[in-house]
Amino acid sequence: MSTLTKKKSHEPLVHLVKRGSLPSWAAWLIRLAAIAVGFTFCGLVAYLLIAEGPKKPDSLGEFFGKFFTSFYDGSFKLNAAAARRYNRIWEFLRDMAILQCISLAVTPAFRMRFWNIGAEGQTLIGTLAAIAAAFYLGGKVPEGLLLVIMLLAALLAAGVWAVIPSLFKAQWNTNETLFTLMMNYVAIYVVDFFLKIWVPTDSSLDALPHGKLPVIGNNYLFIVLVVAAVTLVTFVYLKFTKHGYEISVVGESVRTAQYSGINVKKVIIRTMLVSGLICGVAGFLFAGKDNTITTTSIGGLGFTAIIVSWMGYFNPLMMLFSSALVTVLQRGRVTQTFGVKGAYEDVFVGVVLFFVIACEFFIQYKVVLRKRHHADGKEAAK
Amino acid sequence: MKKFLALVLCAALCLSVFTVASADVAEVKLGVILLHDEDSTYDLNFINGVNEAVAALGLNDDQVIVYRNIPESNDCYEAAMELVDEGCTLIFADSFGHEEFMIKAAKECPDVQFCHATGTKAHTEKLDNFHNAFAAIYEGRYLAGVAAGLKLNEIKANGKLKGEVPLMGYVGAFPYAEVISGFSSFYLGAKSVCPDVQMKVQFTGSWYDYNGENAAATALIGAGCDLISQHADSMGAPTACEDAGIPNVSYNGSTQKNCPNTFIVSSRINWAPYFQYIVNQVANGEAIDADWTGTIATGSVVLTDINTAVAAEGTVETVADVKAKLEKGEIKVFDTAADNFMLLGGAKIESYIADVDDMGDYVPETEVVSDGYFHESEYRSAPYFDVKLDGIEWLNGF
Repeated sequence: MSTLTKKKSHEPLVHLVKRGSLPSWAAWLIRLAAIAVGFTFCGLVAYLLIAEGPKKPDSLGEFFGKFFTSFYDGSFKLNAAAARRYNRIWEFLRDMAILQCISLAVTPAFRMRFWNIGAEGQTLIGTLAAIAAAFYLGGKVPEGLLLVIMLLAALLAAGVWAVIPSLFKAQWNTNETLFTLMMNYVAIYVVDFFLKIWVPTDSSLDALPHGKLPVIGNNYLFIVLVVAAVTLVTFVYLKFTKHGYEISVVGESVRTAQYSGINVKKVIIRTMLVSGLICGVAGFLFAGKDNTITTTSIGGLGFTAIIVSWMGYFNPLMMLFSSALVTVLQRGRVTQTFGVKGAYEDVFVGVVLFFVIACEFFIQYKVVLRKRHHADGKEAAK
Repeated sequence: MKKFLALVLCAALCLSVFTVASADVAEVKLGVILLHDEDSTYDLNFINGVNEAVAALGLNDDQVIVYRNIPESNDCYEAAMELVDEGCTLIFADSFGHEEFMIKAAKECPDVQFCHATGTKAHTEKLDNFHNAFAAIYEGRYLAGVAAGLKLNEIKANGKLKGEVPLMGYVGAFPYAEVISGFSSFYLGAKSVCPDVQMKVQFTGSWYDYNGENAAATALIGAGCDLISQHADSMGAPTACEDAGIPNVSYNGSTQKNCPNTFIVSSRINWAPYFQYIVNQVANGEAIDADWTGTIATGSVVLTDINTAVAAEGTVETVADVKAKLEKGEIKVFDTAADNFMLLGGAKIESYIADVDDMGDYVPETEVVSDGYFHESEYRSAPYFDVKLDGIEWLNGF
């Protein structure tokens, strides 16, 4: 009895209990609520900052109206000119597709618990290889062939960039997070090196006339179609193939995988190669869309992709939602609407992500308050 | 909350009273595309110019949309097209690499005027709605150079020179014409009052790199420089000078607050006159110059207040005197006729072919020396002076 008494008196006011299982509609409701709360929180923070700006709103209501509209405007607003009516939606789809593509690239490695944070560098080096092909071969080979060479060059370069850390991981168990991170910076300096060779006296490489992506109706549809195909292939690869299963087993437990006869080293290297190849596709799309390269061409999407993949539970189809959400946030027009400076859009991605991740906690656990009128407890207190 | 609301409404009312503009100007909608935001001294200089012009013209806030942090990529084209869709009739971009994307947008939108600072292609593209602008900042550099030369004379008179001859150090971003034009005019300004001055130039390979600029300035000071100036956007070089107690001639604005013991003077471009000019031209339906070069006379090239605590005695008067002569055209910054002034290989420059038409080939094609001076920023607004003058030693960046 005495031990019980002691225990009772130390029962905290709140404690957490793991939920059995929540119906999926309830889980989704919580996630949607988290996004809404996160958005509103962003708005409140922005309101406090923008209240000092030149285009400050008259009231909180007006502010929130403009605030939410600025996100709608960035991605979905119909343009005034008839010829460009749907361009903003197309730009949104293109941005989303590119982000989705890089997010797909990090996913196989993540499912294996291999923390590849080198997608930025892998994509950049892929872009560099494709641009190099366009720079040296542009005009000398037919356009169609050039695009194929650019794609192959991008796949090769990005593949090599991804495999290097995986070899070290498989052979000497080096830390892949640090290794892939450092490879990003190496890639940046390799690009800098080539830019110094190509344009020694200019600040940037002018857009190359060759190696433009095919136009299917407009400049955007090709990218969207390519990424849709990559999404489907990756989904099937991860869900329905032996490779995909092996990745999951290695991710669950390396020991189990070894015991069941899986060659873990081989799986690590092969999976990173897959990651690299998908980054190569993204790099090729960057090269064909921009026709030039800078050290910041990827613009941090390689890191944003980690968030997208995570928010999509490493499921290529679910990631369509997370990449759409993040793209809407990134294309927000808050600074333009209110005439203020600041990286509002980037901050919002972080804040909303924080709320979404936090809500996962509440999907997994429930909060239980200490029961005050417990008969045993009363007795024990005496 | 109600009180706050009332205050805001009152403020809005007051503002609306002051923003009575002429009917024409009220119809102009200006879109501005910036590479960075207020945190960069370069972009801040443009934002200040826009704000000053907006206040002077009485435009209201809805007539100006600013897009910040637009990279030198297709994003610039998309930003420009979005501004067109938002109803802008005049669109301005501030960074060199924006140019080709502005041209692309200009070709698609003939009814909208596109203006671009620091660009080189307007005079060869020959579009009715695409224009370049810059300022004859070499005049400002020259004046700042005069202040530097006077300071060197003072150091020399006090017997405190580090070496045999007065030596200046210059931290440059890239070996581009804009930078070369800047440090050459600065050097010539100093030479005009201190004939035996020499200069060493160290390039950093970046427009904004605090550590790189700080290290370059420190290295130049270590190499025996008596005075430092720079063409790069961070506080790196001025701070190194303040730490070492070496006088500094700054750029883009005064650094006196942080460097009270070493700051002499700074030159900068004031963009407000240009913004006023383009808004007025659009309002009146008149053409904008393909190449517009602001000068001291248009108020586009300005000097900050001279820090008399550091500058040599009589600097304020001498600089004012030289400025007046520059305005009247009595002094040419790049004077090729004066004796022992602008020398190349020990001789005066009779002729120089510069790369004025930027066709991507880096092939010079235009004679720019005539009437006894180098015609900088006359055949196009962006600088094209890239002569390696005697007396200036390039430590890197060949």
